[in-house]
Amino acid sequence: MSDTLILGTRKGTVILDRTTSGWQARPILHAGITVCYATRDPRDGTLWASLDHGHWGPKLSRSRDGGETWEDLSTLKYPEGARHILQYLPTPDFEAEAPTGEPDYANATVYKIWYLAFGGPNQPGRVYAGTIPGGLFISDDGGDSWTLNRPLWNHESRGGDLFAGGATSENHWGGTPASIDYGVFEPGIHSILVDPREPNHLHVAVSSAGVLESTDGGETWVGRNQGMLMDYLPNPAADWGHDPHYITQCPGQPEHLWQQNHCGVFYSNDGAKQWKKVSVPEAGVHFGFPIAVDEQDGSTAWVVPARADMARMTLDGGLFVARTTDGGESWQKLRQGLPQEHAHDIVFRHALDVSGDRLCFGSTTGNAYVSEDRGDTWQCLGNNFPPIYSVRFG
Amino acid sequence: MPTVKMTSHLYRFFPQLENQVITLPSGSVAEVLHGINELAPGFTDYILDERGAMRRHVKLCINDTIVIDRKALSDRVQEEDTLFIFQALSGG
Repeated sequence: MSDTLILGTRKGTVILDRTTSGWQARPILHAGITVCYATRDPRDGTLWASLDHGHWGPKLSRSRDGGETWEDLSTLKYPEGARHILQYLPTPDFEAEAPTGEPDYANATVYKIWYLAFGGPNQPGRVYAGTIPGGLFISDDGGDSWTLNRPLWNHESRGGDLFAGGATSENHWGGTPASIDYGVFEPGIHSILVDPREPNHLHVAVSSAGVLESTDGGETWVGRNQGMLMDYLPNPAADWGHDPHYITQCPGQPEHLWQQNHCGVFYSNDGAKQWKKVSVPEAGVHFGFPIAVDEQDGSTAWVVPARADMARMTLDGGLFVARTTDGGESWQKLRQGLPQEHAHDIVFRHALDVSGDRLCFGSTTGNAYVSEDRGDTWQCLGNNFPPIYSVRFG
Repeated sequence: MPTVKMTSHLYRFFPQLENQVITLPSGSVAEVLHGINELAPGFTDYILDERGAMRRHVKLCINDTIVIDRKALSDRVQEEDTLFIFQALSGG
């Protein structure tokens, strides 16, 4: 179990250490800068923070000395010629020009570096980054340089190779509301899974397209959305258009994947070849953003349910975590130690994590809670953090 | 030569520019910005995106005039001009 917690918050990076007297927060890092994701590379201990500068563009920040000093990197950029088909938010007050019926193209620029993942032990220096507007970047030198993964960027589900010319297929990738802050409505990659058995076996999740798998290190990609159901398009079981909020994979049983989706909780025990909806709306388990899976038991997972997409808040004014130990057949509400009155928190997709028997989550209300007993009981780490966007054990 | 003045927020990332009188040869806004980038490598990554367009929440002025061409940055900065680099108001 990890004795370190790393929070990405609206006002900087917060690292907490578990001491004999409890969890202690260090002075805030990247003070005043929005950190949309912060994590630690388990291979060499490098700390990473994705800076979401309001003015100066997204940057990665890297520390190789445990957080004492940081180096900001501007190396992650879309290459010349990278284009995407413009998306339009279907609301009358969206400022973009109205679509013409034909695809409109835009030159790609990085709006947000949403997620980071790390290669296997035999891939030193390999780091993955998921971005809005939907590009997967790969570094093999620890972040000094990055390459856009063109097979995914040029995927037929997204219109084909736009480096070469116009679209050759229909675009099925929709925008994510998380992009609206940047004045656009474009897709985003927020989940990247590296199979611990075979590091060239990858899954990514895209809002709003779905899950894709590569078994050859990103050379080819196939959609893995069989069994997914959505409730906002005419065909609920369409190949594309799904809105995974986050996917995760059991390290000890990597064929077990979990997905908190816009339209419920989904589980796969065959490596995402077939998903099964395991939501129980009447039990309060349906909508939400984060999901965590036990490190050893692929049938045990946790979610932090929310009311609904149109009411992104707790269900009944009380916070709870829901846990299943049987692959989603049943869910247990865990409330002990969590506020049960006047609590309306929402927990974002990267703001729940597990390490052994420990779990931690943080909310955009600035509350953070940790459990030492697999969620049975919770203690508050603080109520005055800035809005919390990510929680990771380090 | 034109003078460049900028929001002090940028000194956090480029401390070598603090307390400096920055003068650069006249030219387009793009050319002047790239001149600053010579003094402080990486500077343009904070002002421009990877397509060379001005970032959404950055505002540039030549004297009292807001720079219009945010994509190609073709506005001219003349010998006696001052190029101001501001951060637009946003957030909370």
